[in-house]
Amino acid sequence: MSFWTRHQVFEKNSIILVVGILLVIAIGGLVEITPLFYLKSTIEKVDGVRPYTPLELAGRNVYVREGCYLCHSQMVRPLRDEVERYGHFSLAAESMFDHPFQWGSKRTGPDLARVGAKYSDDWHVTHLTNPRAIVPQSVMPGYPFLSRNEVDPDTIADHMRTLRTVGVPYTDDQIASAGADMRAQADPENAGTDAFNKRYAKAVVRNFDGKVGTPTEMDALIAYLQMLGTLVDFKIYNEKANLR
Amino acid sequence: MSQPSISKSMTIGESGLAVVFAVTAFLCVIASAKALDAPFAFHAALSAAASLAAVFVIINRYLDRPAALPPQEINGRPNYNMGPIKFSSFMAMFWGIAGFLVGLIIASQLAWPALNFDLPWTSFGRLRPLHTSAVIFAFGGNVLLATSFYVVQKSCRARLAGDLAPWFVVVGYNFFILVAGTGYLLGVTQSKEYAEPEWYADLWLTIVWVTYLLVFLVTIIKRKEPHIFVANWFYLAFIVTIAVLHLGNNPALPVSVFGSKSYVAWGGIQDAMFQWWYGHNAVGFFLTAGFLAIMYYFIPKRAERPIYSYRLSIIHFWALIFLYIWAGPHHLHYTALPDWTQTLGMTFSIMLWMPSWGGMINGLMTLSGAWDKLRTDPVLRMLVVSVAFYGMSTFEGPMMSIKVVNSLSHYTDWTIGHVHSGALGWVGFVSFGALYCLVPWAWNRKGLYSLKLVNWHFWVATLGIVLYISAMWVSGILQGLMWRAYTSLGFLEYSFIETVEAMHPFYIIRAAGGGLFLIGALIMAYNLWMTVRVGEAEVQMPVALQPAE
Repeated sequence: MSFWTRHQVFEKNSIILVVGILLVIAIGGLVEITPLFYLKSTIEKVDGVRPYTPLELAGRNVYVREGCYLCHSQMVRPLRDEVERYGHFSLAAESMFDHPFQWGSKRTGPDLARVGAKYSDDWHVTHLTNPRAIVPQSVMPGYPFLSRNEVDPDTIADHMRTLRTVGVPYTDDQIASAGADMRAQADPENAGTDAFNKRYAKAVVRNFDGKVGTPTEMDALIAYLQMLGTLVDFKIYNEKANLR
Repeated sequence: MSQPSISKSMTIGESGLAVVFAVTAFLCVIASAKALDAPFAFHAALSAAASLAAVFVIINRYLDRPAALPPQEINGRPNYNMGPIKFSSFMAMFWGIAGFLVGLIIASQLAWPALNFDLPWTSFGRLRPLHTSAVIFAFGGNVLLATSFYVVQKSCRARLAGDLAPWFVVVGYNFFILVAGTGYLLGVTQSKEYAEPEWYADLWLTIVWVTYLLVFLVTIIKRKEPHIFVANWFYLAFIVTIAVLHLGNNPALPVSVFGSKSYVAWGGIQDAMFQWWYGHNAVGFFLTAGFLAIMYYFIPKRAERPIYSYRLSIIHFWALIFLYIWAGPHHLHYTALPDWTQTLGMTFSIMLWMPSWGGMINGLMTLSGAWDKLRTDPVLRMLVVSVAFYGMSTFEGPMMSIKVVNSLSHYTDWTIGHVHSGALGWVGFVSFGALYCLVPWAWNRKGLYSLKLVNWHFWVATLGIVLYISAMWVSGILQGLMWRAYTSLGFLEYSFIETVEAMHPFYIIRAAGGGLFLIGALIMAYNLWMTVRVGEAEVQMPVALQPAE
C-alpha cells in the first residue's frame, strides 16, 4: 500500500482529518510555549521589580486604551546602537508583572522601555497635550483630553484584586489602601505619602500634571511613563549570573 | 407542491433560538443598566437590541415560510443554500471598502498628524486596530465565510447543514465585528495585536466559531462524494486552528462582569510568546490556509483545468500546517524571549519557505495549457497575480525571520511593507478574484456586468500595491540603517526624530498607493452591484465539480 493510498483515510473521513489537523498543529505550540512556564532561566533573578502602584496601573491602562504600543516598543534589544540610544537591554523580569505585555512591534516613535526619569513632568504634559509644541517634526497625535479626565480611586482596588488572581503579587495591605495610595502619589502634601512609599519601593510622589484635586489621566500616564525602566539598578545587576 | 398533511410548527432550532435570544435580550438590558463604564453600557444595549431583532426575525421568518423546510435535493440535484453566501459576499465588499478607507486615513495621519484632530476616537492608536480588524477579520473573514459555504456545498454536492445555523454564523460573525470595531473607537481593547476585542466579544466569537465549525463539518459528513476535496482540508485546518489560537491567546479575567476591562491570564514573556504564536498563525491559518482553499477551488474552476498535482497538494497541506505553528518567535528576535525559542522560530520560518512555494507552484502550474486566458480574462489574471504575490511575500517572510536581517527590519516599515504585499497582493487579489467568480454564481447571473471594469480594477490596484510596498521597503530599510548609523567619531549619527522626518515623503507615497487600492475596490463594488441589479440570469445550473482522483 503506497503512502498516497494510505492518505485516503484522511480524505474519506472528516473526523480523522480533524484529529490529524489538531495533532499536527499542537506540536509546535507545545514545544515552544510550555517550557517558558517552568524553565527557571526564562526570567532573570533581579532585585527591585515590583507591581505597579495604583496610579501607575491606571496610567498603564490609559497607555493600553490609547494604543500607544502600536507606535512605541518597550523592548530594548541587545544591539550596540539600541543600548547606546535607550539604555541597558530589557530583561524578561522587567515585564513579568505585565498583563498584557507591552513589548510592541513597531517604532514609529522611539522605544519607551527606559523613558522613565529622562524628561521632566512638565515636558511630558506639554508633549502629550501637543507633541509638536516641543518636537516640531513629530507625527504623534495630541492627547489634550487626558488632563480633563479624572481617574477613579474607588475602583482601582478591584483592578488590583483581578491582577492578583492572574498572578501579580499585590498584598492585602496594598489592595486595602489602593484608593488612598492613588491620591497620595499625585499629591506630595498628602498625609499618606510615607505609608505609600513603604508599600511601593522607588515609587515617585509628585504632582505630575501640576494641578490640584483628584488625579487625572495625565497624572496617571506620566506616573507610569516616569517609572518605566527605573526599577532595576543596573549598577548592581549581576549580568553573569543571568547569562542564558 | 405543498403537502397539506404536514401541519406547520416551529422547529426545535427556531423555538430554542428565539427563547435563547429573548433571555439574552433581557440579560443585556440588565447588564446595560448596571454597567460600570459607558462603552460596556453601549455594547450591552446594542446586544439587547440585536437579540430582540433576532427574535423578531426568527418568528417572522417562521410565519412566512412554508410548512416544510427547504428540501435537500430538487429533481436529484442538491438544493444549494445561497442566502448566507450572498449576505457574506455583500458584507465582505462593505467592510472591505470601510477597512481600506480607514487604512487610507491612518496612512494620511502618519504623513499629516493634524488629521488626528486631538480627539480620542479619531487618533491613530484607536483607528489602527479598526483598520487591521476591518480588513483581516471583517473583509477577509466574510470572504472566507462566503467562499467556504459555497465550496463545501458544491464539492460535497450537499446542501449546507442546518436551517438557521448558517444564518447564525454569518450574522453573528458580523455582529462580533460591529462590537469589536465600535469598541476600538471607544477605547475598549486588550492591546493584543489582531486580538484586541475584550472578553465579552471573545466569548461571543467563540460561540459563533464553534457553530461555524459544526455547520462546515456536518456538511462534509453529509457529502455525496467519497473524497473530501482539497480546498475543504484547508478550510477545515483554518477553522479548527483559529479556534485553538483564539482560546489559547485570549483567556482573561474581567474586573467585573458589568465592565469592559479585563486582564489577560498570561503575563510578560509568556504573554508575548502566546501573542505571537497567535499573531503569526492568524497570518498562517486565517490569511494563508483559508485563502489557499480559495486558490485550490477558484483557480481550477476559472481556468477550467485540474489542479496541477494532487500529491503536491497533500504534501503542501500537511507541511504547511505543521511548520507554520512554530514560526511565531520570529516576531520576538533579540527580545527578552530565550534564545532557544528564537532560534526554533527562525529555523522553522526558513523551512516554511518550502511548503509555501510548493503551494504557489501548485497554483500557478494549474494554468498549464491555459496561460492564454490571462490575456482575455482579467478575473483569472487577478487570481494568478495573487499567487505570484503569495510567492513573493512567502520568500520575503523567511528572509526577514533570519536574525541578522530581522535586527535591521524589525520595528521598521519594512514589516508593514511585507505585511501589505501579502495582504493587498495575495489576500486582497485572491479575494477579489473569488468574489468576481462567486457573485455571478450565487446570484445566478451569466457573467459579470463588465470585464473592462475588472481590468481597470486590476491595474489601478496593482499600481497602488507597487507604490505601497516599494515606499515601505525604502522607508523601512532607510530607517533601520539610520538608527544604527555611527559617525567617524563613534557617536550615533541621527537622533530619533531625524529618522521620523526622513519617512515623510514615503508616507505620502504609501497613502497614494492605498488610495489607488481603495479606488479599485470602489470600481469593483459598482461592478458587482450592477451584476446583481442588471445582470442577465443564468438559465442552466452550473455542473458540479468532479472529485479529484
